[in-house]
Amino acid sequence: MSQETLVWRVVPPILRHSRRAHRMIERSFYVNKLSWMIVVSGFFEPLFYLFSIRIGFGSLVGDIEFAGRSVSYAQFVAPALMASSAMNGAVYDSTMNVYFKLRHARLYDGVLATPMSSKDVAVGEIGWALTRGTLYSIVFLGCLIALGLTDSWTVVLAVPACLLLGAAFASVGMAATTYMRSWEDFDWVQTIVLPLFLFSATFYPLSSYGVWGWVVQISPLYHGVALVRAACLGIATWGIAVHVAYLAALTVVGLTIAARRVDTLLCK
Amino acid sequence: MGQQYRVAVLPIVSARGLTKKFDDFEAVRGIDFEIARGEAFGFLGPNGAGKSSTMRMIGCVSPVTSGTLRLFDLDPATSGKEIRARMGVVPQQDNLDSELTVFDNLVVYGRYFDIPRAECKSRARELLDFVQLSDRADSRVEPLSGGMKRRLTIARSLINQPELLLLDEPTTGLDPQARHILWDRLYRLKQQGVTLVLTTHYMDEAEQLCDRLVVMDGGRIVAEGSPRELIAQHSTREVLELRFPAGTNAERARSVTDLGERHEILPDRILVYADDGESVLHEVHARGLSPESALVRRSTLEDVFLRLTGRSLVD
Ligand SMILES: Nc1ncnc2c1ncn2[C@@H]1O[C@H](COP(=O)(O)OP(=O)(O)O)[C@@H](O)[C@H]1O
Ligand SMILES: [Mg+2]
Repeated sequence: MSQETLVWRVVPPILRHSRRAHRMIERSFYVNKLSWMIVVSGFFEPLFYLFSIRIGFGSLVGDIEFAGRSVSYAQFVAPALMASSAMNGAVYDSTMNVYFKLRHARLYDGVLATPMSSKDVAVGEIGWALTRGTLYSIVFLGCLIALGLTDSWTVVLAVPACLLLGAAFASVGMAATTYMRSWEDFDWVQTIVLPLFLFSATFYPLSSYGVWGWVVQISPLYHGVALVRAACLGIATWGIAVHVAYLAALTVVGLTIAARRVDTLLCK
Repeated sequence: MGQQYRVAVLPIVSARGLTKKFDDFEAVRGIDFEIARGEAFGFLGPNGAGKSSTMRMIGCVSPVTSGTLRLFDLDPATSGKEIRARMGVVPQQDNLDSELTVFDNLVVYGRYFDIPRAECKSRARELLDFVQLSDRADSRVEPLSGGMKRRLTIARSLINQPELLLLDEPTTGLDPQARHILWDRLYRLKQQGVTLVLTTHYMDEAEQLCDRLVVMDGGRIVAEGSPRELIAQHSTREVLELRFPAGTNAERARSVTDLGERHEILPDRILVYADDGESVLHEVHARGLSPESALVRRSTLEDVFLRLTGRSLVD
C-alpha cells in the first residue's frame, strides 16, 4: 500500500472523498478579490472588542481566581471573545451565505454538473469559512499580544483552537442550513447563538454555573472558549483532549450530514 | 459502409428500460435509446414529457431509478465524476455564478475540472469570442439579456472541451434573432465533431438541429427517427389548413372529412392531410365551402406530434 493511501485511510470518509474541495475555496477567492475592503473592515471588530474590555471591564472588575492562579478579568474574557468571534464568522459563512447559494443563486447545481461532488461542495464551503476565520483569528491574536492580554507563548495555539471551533460551527451550521426553507428560519440561528455566547463560560468560570454546569458543557462554544483560554493562559490539562475530541466529532458529523443533504436536495 | 461503421463504434450514450421515479410518480417510464458519436440527437416533447428528467440522468446528477444507462461505456452510478469530466451541460434554467464576472464564470468553472489556470483563461477568451460576448467579459452576469446568459452558459459548458454536450431547451424564451445565433453556434460545434443531445418543444428547432430524434410524451418514447423519416412515416407530404368563421369549425368539418388521407379538428382550424394539398383545396372550393383563409404547407414535426398524441406540442 502506498503511503498516500495509508494516510487517507485514517481520515474520515467525508474528507477522503472531497479532494477537489479546494476548488470551492478558490471560487470564493475569485468572488472576494474585488471586495477586499469588506474583509479588511472585519479586522477592526476584534480591536474594538478588546479595547472595550481593556478600558471598561478591566478597570471595574478586579482580578479573578482561575485554574489556581490570579488573572485579570480582561485576560479572562479576551480569549472568550476571540472564540465567540470565530463562532460568529463561521456561523455567518455557513448559514446565510450558503443558503443564498443553495436556494437562490443555484450555484451548486452548476458545480455538481462538473466532476465536483456534494462532499467537495460541503468541505470546500466550510474550508472557505475557515480560511477567512483564520485570517481574523491571526489579527485577533496580534491585538491580544499588542494589548498585553497574554503572557504565554502558547497563545499561538489559540489560532488552531479557533480553527477547530470554527470547523465545528461551520459544519453544523451548514448541515442546519440545508433544512431551512425560508429566510425567517434564520431567526433560529440567532436564538441559538446568543445564549451560547452568554452562557459558555464566556464571562464567568464554569464553577459559577453551579448545578447547571453540565448544560454549559454541552455548548460547543464552551469547549472552544476553554481551548482558547488554555492557550492564552498557558494551561495544559487532560481536559484539552476532551474539548478537541468534542469539537472534532461535531465537525465530522456536521460535514457528513451537510454533504448528504446537498446531495438529496440537488441530485434528485 | 456507413452502416458497418455505426455497428463497430460503441454508442456514446445508451439507455435500456431507463426509468425515473419521484416518490410514486413515474416521470420517465422505461425508455430505450442509443446516441452515436458525432450525432445531434433530440428529445422532442411537450412540457412534463420527462425530457429534463432524462437529461439529468444522462448528466449524472440524478440517479437512475431502474433500467440501465451507459455513457462512454461507463456506469453513471459508479463513474459519475469521470463521465461528467467529458461532458458539457446547459441546464434548462441558467445557473451562472452571479457573484462572478462573465470572464471569471468561465475561468472558475474550468477550475472545477482541474484545468490549469492559464489554460482556463485562454479558453475563456476564445469561448467568449465564439459566443460573441468578448465585450462583456468584465460585466457581472445579472445585467446580461436572456440570450446573452444562454450563450454564456453554452460557453461555460464548453470550457472542458466536452465530447458530449447536453442542452436542455437551449432557446426557450429567446427572441428569434437570439435563437438563430444559438443555432448557428450549435451547428458549428456539431461540425467540429461534438455530439449534441438536446431537448426542445420547438419543432423547427428539432428540424434544424437534429439528425435523429425521439418524440416523448408522458414519460414514454412514442416515435423515433430523423425528422424526415418521422414526417414520412406519420404524416402526409402536405397539409391544408382551413379556417372558418368562429364557432363553425365543427360543423364545416363534416363536409371535408372524406377529403385527403385524414384530418384534425383544432379549436381554431381544420387540418386536412394529403400529399397534394392544392387539389384538396380545389375540391373544397368546388363544394362551395368558403373558408376565411386556406393555406397549403409541408408537413412538420408538429403534425407528427399531433398524430401521435392527439395534442399540440406548444400550448
Ligand atoms: N424533482 C421532482 N420532483 C417531483 N416531480 C418532478 C421532479 N422533477 C420533475 N418532476 C415531474 O416529472 C414530470 C416530468 O418533468 P420534466 O422531466 O421536467 O419534463 P420536461 O422537461 O419534459 O418538461 C413532470 O410531471 C414534473 O412535474
Ligand atoms: Mg424540461
